[in-house]
Amino acid sequence: MKIDHSQPLEYGTDQNQLNILGFWIFLGAEIMLFATLFTAYFTLEGRTGSGPTPGEIFEITPVLFETLLLLTSSFTIGLGVHAMRLGRKNAMLTFFTITLLLGLAFLGVEIYEFMHYYHVGATYQTSAFTAALLTTLGTHGGHVTLGLFWGTFIILQVKKRGLTPETANKSFIFSLYWHFLDVVWIFIFSFIYLKGMM
Amino acid sequence: MEFFERFAIPHPSPAIYASMVAIGLVSIGIIVGLTYFKKWGYLWREWLTTVDHKKIGIMYLFSAILMLFRGGADAIMMRAQLSTPDAKLLDAQHYNEIFTTHGVVMIIFMAMPFIFAFMNLVVPLQIGARDVAFPRLNALSFWLFFAGAMLFNISFVIGGSPDAGWTSYFPLAGNDFSESVGTNYYMIAIQISGIGSLMTGINMMTTILKMRAPGMTLMKMPMFTWSAFIANVIIVFAFPVLTVALLMGTTDRLFGTNFFTTTNGGMDMLWANFFWIWGHPEVYILILPAFGLYSEIISTFSSRNLYGYKSMVASMVLISLLSFLVWTHHFFTMGQGALTNSIFSITTMAIAVPTGVKIFNWLFTLWKGKIRFTVPMLYSVGFIPLFTIGGVTGVMLAMSAADYQYHNTMFLVAHFHNTIIPGVVFAMLAGLTYYWPKFFGFMLNERIGKWGFWLLTVGFVLAFFPMYITGLDGQARRMYTYSEATGFGPLNLVAFFGAALMAIAFLTIVYNIYYSFKNSPRNIGSDPWDARSLEWATHTPVPEYNFARVPQVASSEAFWDMKKKGHQLFKGDFKKIHMPNNSGVPFIMGMIFFLAGFSFVFALWIPAVISLIGIFVCMALRSFEKDHGRYISIEEIEETESKLGGAK
Ligand code: HEM
Ligand SMILES: [Cu+2]
Repeated sequence: MKIDHSQPLEYGTDQNQLNILGFWIFLGAEIMLFATLFTAYFTLEGRTGSGPTPGEIFEITPVLFETLLLLTSSFTIGLGVHAMRLGRKNAMLTFFTITLLLGLAFLGVEIYEFMHYYHVGATYQTSAFTAALLTTLGTHGGHVTLGLFWGTFIILQVKKRGLTPETANKSFIFSLYWHFLDVVWIFIFSFIYLKGMM
Repeated sequence: MEFFERFAIPHPSPAIYASMVAIGLVSIGIIVGLTYFKKWGYLWREWLTTVDHKKIGIMYLFSAILMLFRGGADAIMMRAQLSTPDAKLLDAQHYNEIFTTHGVVMIIFMAMPFIFAFMNLVVPLQIGARDVAFPRLNALSFWLFFAGAMLFNISFVIGGSPDAGWTSYFPLAGNDFSESVGTNYYMIAIQISGIGSLMTGINMMTTILKMRAPGMTLMKMPMFTWSAFIANVIIVFAFPVLTVALLMGTTDRLFGTNFFTTTNGGMDMLWANFFWIWGHPEVYILILPAFGLYSEIISTFSSRNLYGYKSMVASMVLISLLSFLVWTHHFFTMGQGALTNSIFSITTMAIAVPTGVKIFNWLFTLWKGKIRFTVPMLYSVGFIPLFTIGGVTGVMLAMSAADYQYHNTMFLVAHFHNTIIPGVVFAMLAGLTYYWPKFFGFMLNERIGKWGFWLLTVGFVLAFFPMYITGLDGQARRMYTYSEATGFGPLNLVAFFGAALMAIAFLTIVYNIYYSFKNSPRNIGSDPWDARSLEWATHTPVPEYNFARVPQVASSEAFWDMKKKGHQLFKGDFKKIHMPNNSGVPFIMGMIFFLAGFSFVFALWIPAVISLIGIFVCMALRSFEKDHGRYISIEEIEETESKLGGAK
């Protein structure tokens, strides 16, 4: 393996550069995926059948918590990648761990939120609106869940193998993924929750 | 007993029972044969675990041919049923199932793998690369396609075929009207292979952007690579839409959600929109690589460089953009306003312009060229007028007011077969004949090939042109029979003979493969057609590493310039070559996806969860795995190269 030392470690080999470009393209596809979900949501938002409307079920407190947790986690993973660039493995691991804990907390609040919806009678089967809402949130939440496992695997690998071009590459790609989920959440927050509560 | 009842076929017929027996016998035959000839190890090492783009391409190729016959059998049954008024060969339900599976199999499981076959076989060679960017992912893409295809294909013997048309419009495709599990198969099988297609899109885009040989700027890429690139961009943007639509359709059917229902706020037109936002670009995913193949073939056999390279590229980019802006032309009559119809009518017609540019470029390439009428060239030359007719009838359909007359008639069926058969199927057969020697080391027989071409063309014209007339006279599509009084009888009989002729043509083509395998000479050299682009610059058969030395490119026809102007393609000494290791994981994941899909179709939750965990474990293992591939040493390269004849 040829390592190019003029580049940051995660870009250091040809394969690494391929991986990063490939992942950006994958994110392009993910943007389409969420764009389609949003389209479905906006189309079905007012089609509540005999079920509740957005304004009746949304609660601002848990949503603010979720937003706070996810935004912070995006910040801490940024710090993690920065530490990685400086070659400080332990600092990096700490920040990645914090990130995942914040993600876990986010998921906890989201599960609470889903239970709330269930209790107020906004289930998956209630109406087109609830189905679209829960599918959009669920897809995002599913991504976060997958991210928690993925991030854990990466932490274990960095711990065991140290910062190599390979582990650095994986960590960097994971950080792109995590930032992406944050961006999607900002859209969810603004165009689903805030809009729905107005 | 109740448990097993769900696997029963809802509408059995003797033909289905016969197929069941045939499937059983063939499977047993394969297993016994492999065991008897001790080929399991070979199969596993050389094919099931391969990550070599050439072998993956060959697997796509054979799957596509297999599916062509499945879809063709459906087509023949439909044409036989319609060949005379009031025929009793099939009943209405059976006919519904057959046109549905015919459409899906042909588009998703025949045409798609066919284009993926050529992308895999040709793109890395044309850009002077050793493999695709992610060889393992590539293998996984193939196995996901294969799992999806097999899942879809067993529907008619286990649980029932889908019967709501290949467009699966709701509420027809909902539980109320499609009671069997058929539509579950539709949703899930297409989902699985769709994920594979998306990954191919990402893989190929990365490959083409990053792995071109030194000197090959974007505007020096051969035309097929360009077309593959654009098609993959469309894949990456279009397939996620399908993913979401299928997901929603699946939950509607399995979990009682209300996305596309007509109650509780559901909206059936949302499905139609999503389906066609994917579906229209999909036809360009298929046709652009076909155009790419025609470009290669026409310039090779005109002994002339392609006329208007830049306008070819520009027109493809334009087509790819427009393809996302026309989707509602598929439902002009479903109650959107006049303004919407007008807008989509105009954008649809606009696509004719860049397409026309391409047609003229091919004609100008032929003009003044020294034409050799080989089999690939016959298909390419035959394509031009036939496809133009299909295009003109497309513009007729694009006039939304007039569409109220043709909508859902045989006129439409004639139109899209008129574009897709000369456009895609001819291109695939041309490409098959053209590239066959590169990958298999012998030429296909020209004489039998020409028979195949003429039978197919005559059969095609007979099969589809009558439908324009009966369509304008009002013969509806998707109708299993018609009365004598309509007068559609004679023309439909002609169409049946046409279809039969096409079937004979396909058999001829397969016979040609068998015949040539037995009889064709093997020492054909690496460039039997006197071709122009880089894929012909390496040995035949292509060694595992494609090129012993990375080529130095200076034009879009690097190989031609090497032959005619003495341009040096290969400079310097051999260096050791890095290659990926084989892996069984993609194949295993494909099998698990199949099991997961099957479990979801029948709502068997425990195996479904277990297989999902299995998929997850495979991904986790992959994450932890340390596999840096291996190196081919200089001695090994020298040995291979001298065996294949001279240093290249
Ligand atoms: C090889 C000769 C073929 C014949 C004789 C044939 C025949 C037919 C017929 C008779 C129908 C209309 C059924 C009806 O509406 O009553 C049909 C529908 C269709 N065909 Fe073909 N076909 C052929 C090849 C292909 C190919 C190569 C493709 C695509 C790559 C294709 C894609 C479709 C699709 C998408 C439909 C619409 C199915 C639906 O209505 O849901 N066909 N075909
Ligand atoms: Cu269209």
